Amino acid sequence: MADAVAATGSQKLPRWRRDLWVHVVLMLGAVLMISPFVLEVVTSVKTFAQATHTPPSLVPHPFHWGNYKDVFESLPFGRQLLNTVVMTLARTLGQVLLCSAAGFAFARLQFRGRGLLFGLFLSVLMVPSQLFLLPNYEIMQHLGLLNSISALWLPGIFSAFGTFLMRQFFLQLPRELEEAARIDGANPLQVYWWVMLPLATPALMALAILTAIWSWNDLLWPLIINTDPSKMPVSAGLAALQGGAPHQLSRPDGWLAPSQPADDRAVRDLPAPCPRGHRVHRSQGLATALTP
Amino acid sequence: MTVTEQHQDHPGTGSRTSLRPEPPSRSGLRRQDAMWATVLIAPTAIGLLVFSIWPTLLTFYYSFTSWGAFGGHTWAGLENYTQLLHDSELLQSLVNTAILSLITLLSVPLGIVVAALLHRPDFRLTRFYRTVYFLPAVTLPASIALMWRLVYNGDFGPLNWTLSLVGIDGPSWLADSHTAIYALGVVSIWGSIGYNMVLFLAGMQAIPRDYYEAAELDGAGSISQFFQITVPLLTPTTFFVTVITVINALQAFDLVFLMIGKTNPALEKSQTVVYLFYEKGFVESQGGYAAAIAFVLLAVILVFTAVQFRMQRRWVHYG
Repeated sequence: MADAVAATGSQKLPRWRRDLWVHVVLMLGAVLMISPFVLEVVTSVKTFAQATHTPPSLVPHPFHWGNYKDVFESLPFGRQLLNTVVMTLARTLGQVLLCSAAGFAFARLQFRGRGLLFGLFLSVLMVPSQLFLLPNYEIMQHLGLLNSISALWLPGIFSAFGTFLMRQFFLQLPRELEEAARIDGANPLQVYWWVMLPLATPALMALAILTAIWSWNDLLWPLIINTDPSKMPVSAGLAALQGGAPHQLSRPDGWLAPSQPADDRAVRDLPAPCPRGHRVHRSQGLATALTP
Repeated sequence: MTVTEQHQDHPGTGSRTSLRPEPPSRSGLRRQDAMWATVLIAPTAIGLLVFSIWPTLLTFYYSFTSWGAFGGHTWAGLENYTQLLHDSELLQSLVNTAILSLITLLSVPLGIVVAALLHRPDFRLTRFYRTVYFLPAVTLPASIALMWRLVYNGDFGPLNWTLSLVGIDGPSWLADSHTAIYALGVVSIWGSIGYNMVLFLAGMQAIPRDYYEAAELDGAGSISQFFQITVPLLTPTTFFVTVITVINALQAFDLVFLMIGKTNPALEKSQTVVYLFYEKGFVESQGGYAAAIAFVLLAVILVFTAVQFRMQRRWVHYG
């Protein structure tokens, strides 16, 4: 075996020579992937004049740190960060708990109508989430949850995908462990909590990471449900700041209007100057200039 | 997709349990199972019923209604759907969505290539490359949009500055109706490569190393190994990644919303179906019409997925 491997061509070259062209290709790709990030970071410490100067300078001179102060002044940015963290944690913890419980029951427990119920769960997977948006807005309105932090995470803790993922994982686990616990008199809840859940750590981590990323980046739902900047997560808050969403700042006369009272209450509670004041428009200067 | 796996009968439990005082009877266990299953599934089942299943049915009903500006829906029959047929804006947005999805599909071969390059025995810097390529997947869409708007800017963007060095006068990429959708497509590819790469890497880990060793003994180079071993054995992953990529691309919203914006002259030539749905439903208060658009999207996704599943027989090999 060792002779055979030694006889092949790749062993004749030192490793760095063999892999050189691969590194060249991957490095070129990596530069392409990362250059927009570099550009954004560099621009963040430029003044408006520096940012719009041609040719673009790679290192601004002098550094302009004021933009960071402006963000916290023109947006309730700290609050939005907190909202995002609360939303992401609640969604992730909720899904991990609920999906693993349901997934365990589907994989390991006998009950009538299991196939039918699971089929119903699968059918939810196939429907694009946009179909839920209009009624979910109305449900939140009925519950009086428009412009609330709860509205950001509540519908997001129920997941057909997560249940499916956990069920597939629980199906793979050996039956003996569960049986031993059952013979010792454990009920299904105890089997789930003390035997299955600790074994499911890899799947739970995968679900948690996916949910956290998805939740952190989610834009459409927060944008629809919370129009008050202090109740938005960062994703929607930045969208509003960028002027990509002018109607977020000057609200439409449409049917989003009923949320007005709750909105006003929220704005009164704000310690920072009203985020819809002239400050936003001033700091929109760069964003507006950047708009194509 | 029916559930076929059944509980095996518990072999030997009879004799073993007989050593214990008062073993729970099997039918008692069944009843206990059913009760606990209800407790464990009920929260998610009720949540999905309230926030997914019932809303889907309600949206279907809404698609046959006409909405007033201040709430109140009236039955409108097929009016929304007949309006859809004559709506050139919707037709254009379907075309835009199709173009965007096709462009985004390029991230599938790119994802395989990057994954294959990284998936070599004792290759260095793997972690670094994986992180860099995956970075866009964990970046806020608003942030992605801002950086690419900088890149694409017609007056002072680095892209046009670079092009000017070779004497090309680049357009305002995002404001030009000829280029906007392709500019979005590039960002979409850039954003999906890393995600696809991770899925492909997971698939490649399941391919036994022996195959490559045998091929190497036969004198196959890395390129022919890639086409003779990696690509064919990876077809199930490729199928999954393709379906997921296109379904995601068909639902594109963030990029158009954040990078194009309402007043952009290129909006008509770059707005996607979900963007139009958002505009109609949540800005222009035409909930009924928006609901009908959402069902057009559902139909497109179902048709596409069905076609994919039919075509897989021709090219997907399960081991």
